[in-house]
Amino acid sequence: MNAPLLSVEGLRLAFGGVLAIDGLTFAVGEAEIVSVIGPNGAGKTSAFNCVTGFYRPTAGSVRLRGRDITGLRPSAVAALGVARTFQNLRLFGEMSVLDNVRAGTHLRIRQNVLDALLHTPRYRRSEQESTEQAHHWLDFAGLRGDRYGPARALPYGEQRRVEIARALARRPDLLLLDEPAAGLNHTEKAEMLDLIRRIREQGVAIVLIEHDMGLVMDVSQRVVVLNFGREIADGPPDEVRRDPEVVEAYLGRDADEAEIEQARASVAGGRDGGA
Amino acid sequence: MTGPGEGAPLAEAAPEAAPAPRAGRRGAGPRSIASRLMENRWAGLAGLAVALLAPFVNATPYALSVMTSAAIFVMLAAGLNIVVGYCGLLDLGYIAFFAVGAYTSGVLSTRLGLPLIATLPAVLVVTVIAGLVIGAPTLRLRSDYLAIVTLGFGEIIRVTATNLDVTGGPSGIYGIPGLTGGPVSFYYLTVLVVAVAVVGAARLGRSRLGRAWRFVREDEDAAEAMGVHTYKVKMAAYVAGAIWGGLAGVLFGAHLSAVSPGSFTFLQSALVLMAVVLGGMGSIRGVVVGAVVVSLLPELLRDLADYRYVAFGVLLIIVMLVRPQGLWPARPGEVPK
Repeated sequence: MNAPLLSVEGLRLAFGGVLAIDGLTFAVGEAEIVSVIGPNGAGKTSAFNCVTGFYRPTAGSVRLRGRDITGLRPSAVAALGVARTFQNLRLFGEMSVLDNVRAGTHLRIRQNVLDALLHTPRYRRSEQESTEQAHHWLDFAGLRGDRYGPARALPYGEQRRVEIARALARRPDLLLLDEPAAGLNHTEKAEMLDLIRRIREQGVAIVLIEHDMGLVMDVSQRVVVLNFGREIADGPPDEVRRDPEVVEAYLGRDADEAEIEQARASVAGGRDGGA
Repeated sequence: MTGPGEGAPLAEAAPEAAPAPRAGRRGAGPRSIASRLMENRWAGLAGLAVALLAPFVNATPYALSVMTSAAIFVMLAAGLNIVVGYCGLLDLGYIAFFAVGAYTSGVLSTRLGLPLIATLPAVLVVTVIAGLVIGAPTLRLRSDYLAIVTLGFGEIIRVTATNLDVTGGPSGIYGIPGLTGGPVSFYYLTVLVVAVAVVGAARLGRSRLGRAWRFVREDEDAAEAMGVHTYKVKMAAYVAGAIWGGLAGVLFGAHLSAVSPGSFTFLQSALVLMAVVLGGMGSIRGVVVGAVVVSLLPELLRDLADYRYVAFGVLLIIVMLVRPQGLWPARPGEVPK
């Protein structure tokens, strides 16, 4: 059997005495969408950071197509075809939108210092290629705003698109999206859902951290649920949604369907104002 | 008096104009980019013209000396701009590389009787090594810590030069040979070298490596996530800065025919940094203007005698209050509309 695209096994992460992640195991197949959900502080973002090399896990392994990537530095993980976005947008604020996305082409374009100093044909070609790719992924992500102004000048929802375009310009096989719909309004969320689907159609597998359950249930093939660093469920959305332990983690004991719906609605409603 | 340093803005003109032909693809923006390109082109050529014509206006030995010093200072600022402006690494001991270049060429030329030009390969090797040695431990640190450690390294180099016999101790090295026959030709050589250095820095800034520097400056984690090996990229900025500083040091030694530790104090590092901040961090045009202002203003204020540094300080404070982003700030994008 072929190794899955991403497999995380027995991942543990301790900060001093605090266990942020306590035994996380999951796998992601090619072009599959897997969501990681759980209450705030459950360890979702920490898991992302372990997969992408920002944290070195205390124990356990991360494998990409069977190759152990545990403990590699983030740029090395990125070079192997993993791209990510950040929970709190991490754009290069003072740089133009286009240059932000050109960051994704950093590893793909070939030019050395002499090319740059002498402006050789190779320099011109690689710069042009990088710019064209950036335009392509901005088109793909549906950016409407100014591409030449500083990224920080764009509205929040547009900045989310730029961050995703930047990650896509890396041409990853695996994309990790950390709350891509946070702070977006209804229309923007619908567009984000569409964008996530279109990314998958490109053959890219996606791991999604998201609080919007509607979006998660809609788009995911599988859902992994974390609570206090522990994995409490892993399965198809419909199954996970009915899992008593999951319901309890989110709402406490004795929750019923109506309360769940109510909680969902209030979460969704609260977010809309923020955009 | 318009200084030779202004010759350097010409640097910009060429590389700035180069990407223009492929600019139009996505349509011109509401602001005509053509006019901006013209502005850049003319700014650069005007700067060069001023630098080249200045000796025809005033070629007294004093004026030539001041203008040559200003040009060398522009080169220093262009080098520090790579480290601080592009890459965002606050280096408070940058003058150390200037010292390493000046001393290496000075010692080799006076002790071994080599012509100055023959010391250049050694200068390159030694400054690169100095960049690596100072950079390797410090570049793992972030912001404030980096600033303090570089400050320390700057002082270490100066104190070392003061105490070694080979560097002539506190009195330094005398009798460094010149690079050309006279002050006028040396001035023109300096303007040429500095112009090339400024063009080079600008071109590096607009390359794959230069973008990586700015990614690191803006957000190191996001840069890593995009596959930028941030440590190597920071090291490259540091070494490039060291080379620019070291070569400026060679010009400095040739200009004064003597070097001593007194030329490489923390105040000098601070002045170069001031030129970069005043002009606009990361903006090569701004940095050139900033360097010219910082190096020439005290000379222009000479009539104020003892008060000239007070006036200098007040003027700088006013400029920073009115234009905190610098005299000529960088544009956000390098691809023209």
